[in-house]
Amino acid sequence: MRLVLIGVVAGILSSLFGVGGGIVIVPLLIMVAAFGAREATATSLGAIVITALAGVTLYALRGKVDVGYAALLGIPAMGGAIFGAAAQQRLSSRNLTVAFAVLLAAVGVWLISG
Amino acid sequence: MSTTTIVLAIGLGVVAGAMSGLFGVGGGILFVPMLVALGLGQVEAAATSLLAVVPTATVGTWRQARYGNLRLRPALIIGVASIVGVETGVQIATSLPEHVLRRLFGVLLIAVAAQLAWRAVGSRASYPERR
Repeated sequence: MRLVLIGVVAGILSSLFGVGGGIVIVPLLIMVAAFGAREATATSLGAIVITALAGVTLYALRGKVDVGYAALLGIPAMGGAIFGAAAQQRLSSRNLTVAFAVLLAAVGVWLISG
Repeated sequence: MSTTTIVLAIGLGVVAGAMSGLFGVGGGILFVPMLVALGLGQVEAAATSLLAVVPTATVGTWRQARYGNLRLRPALIIGVASIVGVETGVQIATSLPEHVLRRLFGVLLIAVAAQLAWRAVGSRASYPERR
């Protein structure tokens, strides 16, 4: 039930802001569902695949998706993801959580000031 | 599109992907502003960002599954439940001004960040190392 609520909240924020929803799934899994930091990030990515597919389908039906630009950013990002996941295995769970908190705070400040 | 723009976009794509693999996010938080800078409207940027998130998150999930970190069932439950939220989000987005939403979301993120940092730094015991 907690997982369903996390999903619904992530879906709302995903379509509101055009992001995958990981920025809420990761902290909620850690705080509400007692996941370790690495498990939370891995499970978040799996959920995001489904969330983003649903969002893209809705937008594509309205002709809003630019496939060329998506490929320009998405294909290099696939390489980056392999590197990031490998780098993550060398971080302690505690340091990873702190690093994620710093990322969240930075994005938060950017959203408020932007 | 100039060569500089293409090189920048590719570089930013790699950075967004690395962030995705590290932190379990899709990378959209970087994709959306980049796409707006490239000249797309806000809605087109969000839509296109989500398409770029799909391969990024798919590769990230595959690598994380290989490292044994993925919990498939919770991922599926959250993912499927999020589809309901996606619909709701569109309804809310169309009824509230965007700058209000942005600021509210920003405040939420900072609050969550403070909570996470406090837990991680304050109580080691709640974050047991694997193995």
